[in-house]
Amino acid sequence: MNILERYAAMDYGPAPESRAEADAWLKSHNFSKALFIGGEWRSAASGATFSVVEPATGKPLADVSDAGAEDIGAAVKAARKALPAWQKASGYERARILYAIGRAMQRHARLFAVLESIDNGKPIRESRDIDVPLAARHFIHHAGWAQTLEKAYPGYEAAGVAGQIIPWNFPLLMLAWKIAPALATGCTVVLKPAEFTPLTAILFAEICGRAGVPKGVVNIVQGGGETGAAIVEHPDIDKIAFTGSSDVGKIIRSATAGTGKKLSLELGGKSAFMVFEDADLDSAVEGLVDGIWFNQGQVCCAGSRLLVQESVAETFIAKVKARMGHLRLGDPLDKNTDIGPLIAPSQLERVESMIAEGARQGAECWQPASDLPQEGYFHLPTLATDVSPANILAQEEVFGPVLATMTFRTQEEGIALANNTRYGLAASVWSENVNRTLHVAPQLKAGVIWINGTNMFDASAGFGGYRESGFGREGGHEGLYEYLKKPEKKAAYKSLPMPEADSEAGGSGVIDRTPKLFISGKQTRPDGNYALAVTDPKGKVLGEVGAGNRKDIRNAVSSARASKWAQATAYNRAQVLYYFGENLSVRAEEFAGRLASLTGAKPKAAQAEVELSIERLFAAAGMADKYEGRVHQPPMRTVTLALNDPVGVMGVVAPDEAPLLALITMLAPALAMGNAVVAVPSQRYPLIATDLYQVIETSDLPAGSVNIVTGDSAELGAVLAKHDDVDGLWCIGEAELSATVERESAGNLKRVWTNAGRAVDWTGNDKLVDDFLRRAVEIKNVWIPYGD
Amino acid sequence: MSGETTEPYSAGGASVHPWPGKAGPVHTRESPSSANGSLARNPGMPLDLGWLEAMRHVNRSALERRAATLTKRRSIKKDHQAAWLLRAIAVMDLTTLSSDDTQERVRRLCAKARDPLRADLVVGLNIEEADIRPAAVCVYQPFVATAVKALKGTDIHVAAVSTAFPHGLAPLETRISEIEASVADGADEIDVVIPRGLVLGAQWERLYDEITRFREACGKAHLKVILGTGDLSTLRNVTLASMVAMMAGADFIKTSTGKESVNATLPVGLAMVRTIRAYHERTGIHIGFKPAGGISTAKTALEWLILMREELGRRWLEPDLFRFGASSLLTDIERQLEHHLTGRYSAAHRHAMA
Repeated sequence: MNILERYAAMDYGPAPESRAEADAWLKSHNFSKALFIGGEWRSAASGATFSVVEPATGKPLADVSDAGAEDIGAAVKAARKALPAWQKASGYERARILYAIGRAMQRHARLFAVLESIDNGKPIRESRDIDVPLAARHFIHHAGWAQTLEKAYPGYEAAGVAGQIIPWNFPLLMLAWKIAPALATGCTVVLKPAEFTPLTAILFAEICGRAGVPKGVVNIVQGGGETGAAIVEHPDIDKIAFTGSSDVGKIIRSATAGTGKKLSLELGGKSAFMVFEDADLDSAVEGLVDGIWFNQGQVCCAGSRLLVQESVAETFIAKVKARMGHLRLGDPLDKNTDIGPLIAPSQLERVESMIAEGARQGAECWQPASDLPQEGYFHLPTLATDVSPANILAQEEVFGPVLATMTFRTQEEGIALANNTRYGLAASVWSENVNRTLHVAPQLKAGVIWINGTNMFDASAGFGGYRESGFGREGGHEGLYEYLKKPEKKAAYKSLPMPEADSEAGGSGVIDRTPKLFISGKQTRPDGNYALAVTDPKGKVLGEVGAGNRKDIRNAVSSARASKWAQATAYNRAQVLYYFGENLSVRAEEFAGRLASLTGAKPKAAQAEVELSIERLFAAAGMADKYEGRVHQPPMRTVTLALNDPVGVMGVVAPDEAPLLALITMLAPALAMGNAVVAVPSQRYPLIATDLYQVIETSDLPAGSVNIVTGDSAELGAVLAKHDDVDGLWCIGEAELSATVERESAGNLKRVWTNAGRAVDWTGNDKLVDDFLRRAVEIKNVWIPYGD
Repeated sequence: MSGETTEPYSAGGASVHPWPGKAGPVHTRESPSSANGSLARNPGMPLDLGWLEAMRHVNRSALERRAATLTKRRSIKKDHQAAWLLRAIAVMDLTTLSSDDTQERVRRLCAKARDPLRADLVVGLNIEEADIRPAAVCVYQPFVATAVKALKGTDIHVAAVSTAFPHGLAPLETRISEIEASVADGADEIDVVIPRGLVLGAQWERLYDEITRFREACGKAHLKVILGTGDLSTLRNVTLASMVAMMAGADFIKTSTGKESVNATLPVGLAMVRTIRAYHERTGIHIGFKPAGGISTAKTALEWLILMREELGRRWLEPDLFRFGASSLLTDIERQLEHHLTGRYSAAHRHAMA
């Protein structure tokens, strides 16, 4: 074709990014020694390797050492050895190193980008303009956190050795999200990249050496699922951070149950992309392109469910189809490529079979007549309409370039559809009416909300999900907590056995009240209609309480779900909690007496427990309107609000030690933040809780905001853990109970906090209320780009 | 005829404002290099305030993001780039609008328009047969006759800026007579400016009326309506003014005079081409787009061509639907083309000045 013919055609032509440097880098490496352990490059102990393939061509790129359990052991040992010195290094010293890493990544930005595109198949525009700059930004941002750590997080220390497992969709960026906060807090890491995409992590490890990272602080091990399992199961790892599928996330939740390992999970999504009739429709179309066709749709927060208001649906769909026709599929290293190949044949098959199933279930699946490259694992962008909420394309994460469309009539219906999912990672809201967007965003059950935008990320703003999209945040002030812990007591928690009722001790005649369960604001007879005797330390029967069972928990959860407590203003919640404290204060003497007779405590000690309980109620009441969110400052014109959202319906299983104080120390912060609570009080001293509901009844707490189910703590705790409409669970008990509830929580990945079988200092620690306030909220980052 | 009035209409609650002009004879021209056929001229339509209302949803941040990434998503290299740069010449309104313009200066500009590329470049690119030249020369009214004479025998159009350029703040009749004078002198394209105050004051009826008067005065000459986007404050205003101009019969909408402090920017261009798309979707009429002011490098020219290609498609890369207003751009394109042929970076003084 001569120039005049090109002048007539006005096509783009090829614009390839050179791969010469990357190829030279690949050629110069012996990838059978690709395990970076203790600052040295090693082969796998077994000598095994696995093959890495270029998704655009299907051709092999490298044979990479495949780490086994022995290699993981060596890596953990190296990380453990490096930990004390790294933890002891000053924040400034760690900051210098994080900064050096960030700068080195910037210096080698193009090599990282080209390598990433070769390895993963993502268009060079994305790796060059998005992945790599964001990754470098993450290290430079966290350099500052390292230096200010002690001031910003008083009383915390590094979690220890972190085992980190990352996916193949953003290999370098996910590495940065994992390693930067870990190093900032003084953790050492063992990181496993995905076996599809190990290359940029190897380049990163090289850079670590040159940036002055001490040996053993960063260890990078290559391998597949078994290697990941070896990390998860390694006993000397303190913290697991995983990004990947919800299925594997649940397995990890179960596997780490009862081990005391800290855990953060960033999992799948089925994020809603809501377009209201007053949206800038053309801009929303572009948002959608960045939402679902970014990285071939292999994005956990991809806007894969388009919810469009009926009045503009036809217009909008027509615009989307027209735009899809302009998307270019091709060589990821071509600067004109919009959509590269999927990662692997297995992923291509998965996407194809899900589309076929979606179509079988009634969806109309449309694809533009675009050119499809002959080789490589390419898939055309796909628009599914006539999608019912039950359709597989609306329910399941496709992890491919497939958009499922539904329409809604009203704002309420739109929100209901958006929240009609097990996931809760992200959402986009498009409307030019700021009143509407700021009304909708808080109602969406998702960790990240973009107003008139999509897929915006920054190191300063936390990223992470609600529901089965996982827990914990990555990035920002909130993300650092995932790598911090408070020093804990080592003593084991022991629940107290109920002494045999001793008829000779007397007392049967003194039962003059019938304590019941407290559900939905009413005193309720237990479903099973059995009673449990409660005795004093000597066996004298002081009363009988209902033996709650799973149906009572079910009823209590329903009532908590229906409660309007979360909608009360923070000031209103504060006043109610103050009133609660005030009412308890009026009956302080009675409660102290009850405590003394139940527990055998000295009157003074009992009195002190009541007084401290009242003080905690006041503390939580006072913080109800002060435990606030933050405003982050990403480097663009946006306000990013980190809002504190109540976790939702919370289970609280209280211990036998300090039975009133412990219960109130958990109950009050949960309520202060707007959670509705189902409380299982001390099994040994439940009468203190059944007395308490009388105080609750007179304290203006709305029906369902607090429910009390007495009975077998272990049994009821497990029921709460297995209940998929419970959003959070705090459970104090023996090690076995901690393990049980953590394991059972995997069903819906509710946020669980346990004492990990250890005793808790309920009286001496004046930060307890603050700790529970933090656990009582889910941080939602709302991005509001502005300008007119 | 109601078009005589200069007072704003009272809408009287109706959302549709009567169109005071009458549809002129449909005037079509062959575009010099178009293989895509000629297009019906915009007959205009009644002012539709309801449609205007529906176009209000313009999100600046989102447009800025799209504009910023648009040019990163496309890249044009080698022969393709040479072809695209030639295209930039073919859609150029080679312009001089200085207070010190003279007849001789305009003749020199026209000479450059007749021979935009150094002879060795034409041979080197193997484009002798194509006759690639700027689409028009754009001058002030007093130089129209000179330009017409200098360009005789070519198909290069003569465009005259009119209506009290650059501010548009003269009596309406004065402005209209300026158009008539340029048309009488042989200009076949008229670039008018609007009084920006009509947009800022949301006086859509009056704006509409004025533009229909301009169109009437143009007769067969094509009407380009300059919005002065740098003065309009918001992209919403840019969008609404674009819509009113098209409804009133503009053949082209144009960003800037080059005299505002902010010239043609990609977000503004994006807002305007989206209105062109909306107008085409509803009426079937193709409206042209002309960014002007500050477009002085080959790289910037490519960005604008990419914007058109992506948002409106291949058809909008023909001179009957797209123009650059530019003065120094041509020299930079010549330098780039020389580099394309020789691999050596060129200097401005190696190319004939306009």
